[in-house]
Amino acid sequence: MKRILLMGDPNVGKSVVFTRLTGVNVITSNYPGTTVEFRKGYMRLGGERLEVIDVPGTYTLDPTSRAEEVAVEMLEEACKEEGTLVIDIVDATNLERNLNLTLQLLKRDIPLVIALNLWDETKHTGISIDVEKLEEMLGVPVVPTVAVTGEGIKRLVDRLNEAKKGTYEYEDEERWHEVGKIVEETQRIGHKHHTFLERLADASVTPLTGIPIALLVILVTFKIIRFIGEGLIGYLFNPLFDRLWMPVMTKFSLLLGGGGFFHEILIGQLIDGKIDFFQSFGILTTGIYIPIGAVLPYIFAFYLALSFLEDSGYLPRLSVLVDKIMHQLGLHGMAIIPMMLGLGCNVPGALATRVLETRRERFIGATLMAIAVPCMAQIAMIVGLIGKYGAKGMGLVFGTLFVVWFVMGGLMNLLLKGESPEIFAEIPPYRIPYFPALTKKLWMRVKGFLREALPYVLLGVFVVNILYSLKIIDFLGRIAAPLVTRVLGLPMEAVGALVVGFLRKDVAVGMLAPLGLSLKQLVVSCVVLAMYFPCVATFAVLVKELGIKDMLKSAIIMIISALLVGGLLNLIL
Amino acid sequence: MTDLTQMKRGERGKVVKIEGGLGLLRRLETLGIRKGVEVTKASAQIMRGPITLKAGNTEVAIGYGMAKRVFVELK
Repeated sequence: MKRILLMGDPNVGKSVVFTRLTGVNVITSNYPGTTVEFRKGYMRLGGERLEVIDVPGTYTLDPTSRAEEVAVEMLEEACKEEGTLVIDIVDATNLERNLNLTLQLLKRDIPLVIALNLWDETKHTGISIDVEKLEEMLGVPVVPTVAVTGEGIKRLVDRLNEAKKGTYEYEDEERWHEVGKIVEETQRIGHKHHTFLERLADASVTPLTGIPIALLVILVTFKIIRFIGEGLIGYLFNPLFDRLWMPVMTKFSLLLGGGGFFHEILIGQLIDGKIDFFQSFGILTTGIYIPIGAVLPYIFAFYLALSFLEDSGYLPRLSVLVDKIMHQLGLHGMAIIPMMLGLGCNVPGALATRVLETRRERFIGATLMAIAVPCMAQIAMIVGLIGKYGAKGMGLVFGTLFVVWFVMGGLMNLLLKGESPEIFAEIPPYRIPYFPALTKKLWMRVKGFLREALPYVLLGVFVVNILYSLKIIDFLGRIAAPLVTRVLGLPMEAVGALVVGFLRKDVAVGMLAPLGLSLKQLVVSCVVLAMYFPCVATFAVLVKELGIKDMLKSAIIMIISALLVGGLLNLIL
Repeated sequence: MTDLTQMKRGERGKVVKIEGGLGLLRRLETLGIRKGVEVTKASAQIMRGPITLKAGNTEVAIGYGMAKRVFVELK
């Protein structure tokens, strides 16, 4: 035995089992299609080191989306290799539907063990399954598990060496008939009470109650993010920076003589003879303040709220409510999930477009997200920069981006050939988020931000200093002056922000702070920075997802629309 | 016999016919909607939006166009 593939329907908890087996943490949620790419990890079994692969979920071995194709390709590969086995993870509360895939797997030339996951939920849904009988009928080991708590995982591991190739004989056309036979003999459904969560689930997809609920959820989510974000900044991070870091930096600045090359790079410019964390632009001042002091509090607040929405099972219901609107943009309701993830960071947002069925949808979805969905790092900096102008400034920036999102989507839907497929998705039951899993996910995302963003921000601030000291920004500014000053109405120095925006959008927004821009100029520059091009990390993922040709198309759309919208704002504001 | 879009919220019915190609049949099948199964309509959206229904323990959202092709015998 060398390798284990975890397979099963979407949203049955494969990734949770994966984490249990390997100790490798992966993002898990309560909606189908959280895992769009396979993940590898290792586990020890009797002194042997086994590779464990978390495969994206699929309902069938005839794939209908890119994520499902990945799953089937991996199985085909695995069947060719000796020493690979599959753990088929089955949702015990949906035995009939899940056995469809199980029977398909039993026909493949690969040993199988079945984990009957979500076993705890069978109890309050009034389902009882005769596990021994099921095992006897299927001819492979069947182990009940509750992956979130770890129940049954040890037993599953103990029985891995009993994995067997399927011997279950049936005709493909008769598969559902066979499934029916098995379910008939192994499952009893008793009386079941309608729970509060079920009633809430029904209420949240019926328009009359669902739309008010959706508005309330969105409003409360925003309030919570703002409350936590502002609270952390005002009561924790700002005092920490002002009382602890400021004195250290002030001494260091004196030590460096208050000026010169190293002072420029490390501390930056003194504003009225003092360090200003927002404007000085040294690596140790603004370079540390942007990611930790300004962005991190909002990243934490946002992912806390998002993780709760993900794990509760609300997002697919929101998809149903907004489906009709999303069709105007050439997408369907499920596309709301990449958009929401994009608000945190465009990279996972771009990856999540894989749940969409057609190439056209993925193109529109990814392009729209890259143009009009600013990431939380960028939003936090915009709030820091424009927040003092109150609702008017913020409304102008985010209102414009929302209109752009809608109009650009509508245009692409009109101009691109093809139709948008209809929504077709499983709506998982509401679940009370499992607190340890939620906090772990939050921690992973915060850590991911620190690990991936921090180096780029520092590099960004370093590059800014180099560009200024070598007068490259002046040079570029003069070249781009007609465009930047005439069309967008910005000072020449704003070109620097546009250059750095390729690297990190939050640093780019920060560069606007020392320029002394008017509110109108701030609005124009923030909108243009959000729209004109994705940051380098997002760009790399988009090239991979869309292919170089479509990415070029997408980039042209971004640049042209950014100039148009920026120019228009400059004219009308 | 009536199609899923004509059903009222909370009504139950047995699927008797699905009009459409093998592709549609296969897809609906994967989420447990096929001839002979009992489904309950859970919701409908305004302006020909998607409908949601329950089949067994699974709740599914499908587009209006697809729902129009699934016919049930009401219980």
